[in-house]
Amino acid sequence: MAYGAMLRGAFGSLPGLAQTLAKATPLLLVALGIIIAFRAKVTNIGGEGQLIAGAMAATAFALALPTWPGWLLLPLTALVGALAGGLWALVPGLLKARLAVNEILTTVMMNAIAVQLMNFLLRGPMLDPAQVAAGTNIPQSAALPEQVWLARLIPRTLLHAGFFLAVALAALVAVLLWRTTLGYRIRAVGLSPAASRYAGIPVERVTALAMVLSGAFCGLAGAVEVMGIHHRVVEGITGNYGFNGIVAALFGGLHPLGAIPASVLFGALLVGADQMQRSVQVPAALITMLNGLVVLMVVSSALWRQRRAARRQSAVAAPSPAPAASAEPLPPT
Amino acid sequence: MTRFSRFFLGVISAAALAACGAPAASAPTSAPAATSAVTAAPAETTAPAAEATAPAASGEPFKVAIVMPSSTTDLAWSQSMYDALVAVQQEMGGESAMQISVSENMFNVTDAAAALRDYASAGNDLVIAHGTQYGTSLFDLAKEFPETSFAWGTATDTGADKGLANIFAYNAKAEEGGYVNGVLAASLSKAGKIGVIGPVEAGDAKTYIDGFEKGVKDTKPDATVAKIYTGGFGDTAKAAEAATTQIAAGADVLTGSAQQVVGAIGVAKDKGIPWFGTQSDQSSLAPSLVVATQVYDWKAVVKDMIAKIHAGTLGGTAYNLELKDGGLKIVYNSGFTLPAEAKAAADKAIAGLTDGSIKPLP
Amino acid sequence: MADFFTWTTLLGILHSTVRLATPYLYAAVGETFAQRSGVVNLGVEGMMLMGAFAGFYVVFTTGSPLAGVLAAALVGALMGALMALVSVTFRAEQGISGIGLHLVGLGLSSMLFKLLLGTVQGVDGLPELRLPLLADIPAIGPVLFQHSILVYMAFLLVPIAAWVLDRTTWGLNIRAVGDNPQAADAAGVPVLLIRYATVTLGGALAGVGGASLSISALNIFQENMTGGIGFIAVALVYFGGWRPYGVLLGVLLFSLVNSIQLWMQVSGVGIASDLAVMMPYVLTIVALAFSTRRLGQPSALTKPFTRGSA
Repeated sequence: MAYGAMLRGAFGSLPGLAQTLAKATPLLLVALGIIIAFRAKVTNIGGEGQLIAGAMAATAFALALPTWPGWLLLPLTALVGALAGGLWALVPGLLKARLAVNEILTTVMMNAIAVQLMNFLLRGPMLDPAQVAAGTNIPQSAALPEQVWLARLIPRTLLHAGFFLAVALAALVAVLLWRTTLGYRIRAVGLSPAASRYAGIPVERVTALAMVLSGAFCGLAGAVEVMGIHHRVVEGITGNYGFNGIVAALFGGLHPLGAIPASVLFGALLVGADQMQRSVQVPAALITMLNGLVVLMVVSSALWRQRRAARRQSAVAAPSPAPAASAEPLPPT
Repeated sequence: MTRFSRFFLGVISAAALAACGAPAASAPTSAPAATSAVTAAPAETTAPAAEATAPAASGEPFKVAIVMPSSTTDLAWSQSMYDALVAVQQEMGGESAMQISVSENMFNVTDAAAALRDYASAGNDLVIAHGTQYGTSLFDLAKEFPETSFAWGTATDTGADKGLANIFAYNAKAEEGGYVNGVLAASLSKAGKIGVIGPVEAGDAKTYIDGFEKGVKDTKPDATVAKIYTGGFGDTAKAAEAATTQIAAGADVLTGSAQQVVGAIGVAKDKGIPWFGTQSDQSSLAPSLVVATQVYDWKAVVKDMIAKIHAGTLGGTAYNLELKDGGLKIVYNSGFTLPAEAKAAADKAIAGLTDGSIKPLP
Repeated sequence: MADFFTWTTLLGILHSTVRLATPYLYAAVGETFAQRSGVVNLGVEGMMLMGAFAGFYVVFTTGSPLAGVLAAALVGALMGALMALVSVTFRAEQGISGIGLHLVGLGLSSMLFKLLLGTVQGVDGLPELRLPLLADIPAIGPVLFQHSILVYMAFLLVPIAAWVLDRTTWGLNIRAVGDNPQAADAAGVPVLLIRYATVTLGGALAGVGGASLSISALNIFQENMTGGIGFIAVALVYFGGWRPYGVLLGVLLFSLVNSIQLWMQVSGVGIASDLAVMMPYVLTIVALAFSTRRLGQPSALTKPFTRGSA
């Protein structure tokens, strides 16, 4: 009963649940960024690179000002992370808006560039002085000053205050997209650039801005991951959240509120899978494959849901909730 | 939601487990512990701790768990430790004496932290964090589980200054074997051009390459060492191309590090270029061209940790693999005929490194 | 720096470019077919890994490189058919299904490797095929005309693919399905069948691309050995404006800069290695920024087809 271990691992205990939520935090932040971009018909595959940019910039900033008080330094550090992620996304955003260069290509390339830049910084300018002194040269930065560490919510787990920040931001993104002019413009551009242009919306600017906002959320995810979990930049800081966040966003039906349960569910899937590897001692490769199959099954099942939803109601104004985030069981096929 | 996911996970797991004929059986460590066979404990001797490899008096097997960043079959960093654990398990009398649990490919530090925590909670006697990047979470964990013994590497910090007494640290002085390989490479090279294929300029890849370069220079001051870094650890295709580039540029001896080098060794084999390895023995890939490998032999370290744990000491030792104590071994490949003077030069280098008269790092 | 601009270096760069380009070409040309019909498959990387393993394992057990190539194509095609089932029949979101497919390929190839081989081993793969006369041309000959058959085939694929897409009825149908599936459907073109065919073909080619590594360039298999080639290949399809020759240009540019940075490192040009590794990616972006605006994207790209809904 391997999958029993999987579910128990993800939800069955307080530490397991805490781990699931800790993993859901960066997934959700990245997913929010992806949603903003997708709503403007911008495909942001660059979450990994933007996350690295955010993590590196936030770390450099906090390390430069170790004496500042926490109430000031903590929010500023998070902000710097978001800004850096936004800047990293500005390049693909501008290229798409100005020169119609496809963003899938540029964001994939920007990911590779970010990884190499991180390698470069982590073996010179930002390498932990302790590593230099010990002569071990392990690529990681010095530890952040303690006043920017995010509070751990449950002692002896990794769950930190960043989770609530992410949930609050999800609500904020929902407001942004459906209650503000900018949000209206983003969605309009996504639905029909030509009609938007006709209506006087500055399509190029909105496109670039959607990409930058998207990058800012991914950058924030990087900063939060550093401030909440590692307290420094380490190898493998992205943990594939830049890609997995896309999956979470799509699971959540590209809706910010749908992304909350979707991130938790997908986080649980990943946590449970690791748990399964430990309890049944199967190779990691099998878990990877199972995750892939679960993703394929979940997206495939969207069809039946859509059909059923279409039978129930036509002309949906708001986007339908996520296939995975809605709680009804599948019809046994 | 849970019903939904349970439905899927059930279907998938069942299908997968059926399809692969219970893959658990393929994991060498998955069999439930047999708690019956108790091997006779050897008489107490004053021999080094490595002798104390009998299971604890309770008859329970000694439980070791390890979290590693790549796979158990990477012919490099992760495999070096995994092979040592399996070897010690064999010596102790198999699964009834020692159980190994493995989490591999844990490049995500958050997941690794969770795995370490789980293993500590599950009552493992020794939990090994086989990656420096796992260190931050390990120190928190060691505070919470004072009864559990932890080990991490490559590292030199046992947390003693933080008041922790249950962490072992282990480190490999990769520059030593690097130096010896460099001496050999310089002796073999006719063109005086030697090629290096590295992953990223950091960690023990860097110390290995620095030592290698110094070994070459001390032997043949006019020889050149060209280095290519691929920018990653597992990009075999790029490593292969880097090796081809080195050969085209005139290198007639090659070395490299990280799990990507299997690609480079393939090229060396095709082109008939001698290869020097590090971390795990790579002779199997090019039986006639791998000259020598610096092998990380963690067996003594693992045994010593187990002995110390049995004796009630849960940490505090920082191990250093060195040529001196046999933790680093230069394994010569019998399939490659090494000229006598090269071998002599290498032996001299080993002697010098052992007594400290040679400094392997610039 | 002085010894960077030498004949050895220039020929070496050219030689490296040809070899580096090979797996990208298979993957990107295959993906071009899929995308021209309106399906983006982000799972190319996973398909390549499966092909790489299948090819290697068959050569390892039978010793026949030809059987290895066929096995790689077959397994790749199966992966492609799976992607088609999910994205065409089940109309799943393509980006996410591609990622799922990649995970399946990555996991399955690693698991089979562990079960069936257990450790990295070498095989005797495809031999180098010296083209008579051509390979005797001084300097250029050995660089261009002394490769394994899979390298020549990769470059031959480009004109073949261009001809198929531009000059045959099937190609016309593919483009129609990608640009206006409703109209194509009305005209009696089997939209779903065409998409199944292109995605499956893309899978077969990706599989061969994987095999070009495991039984031709490297002669080994290792977990996750493709190291991101599949993802870059998808991006290069966009670069090439969905035209085989454009894709060839993109692949060659990317591979050229990649081999230049390898040679720069070897020649001891004073540049940090990480910054050198970055170069191909930076230059691809720059090249795109300076290239003319190309609008070749199939209108129905990523849109699942449902009869009757515009």
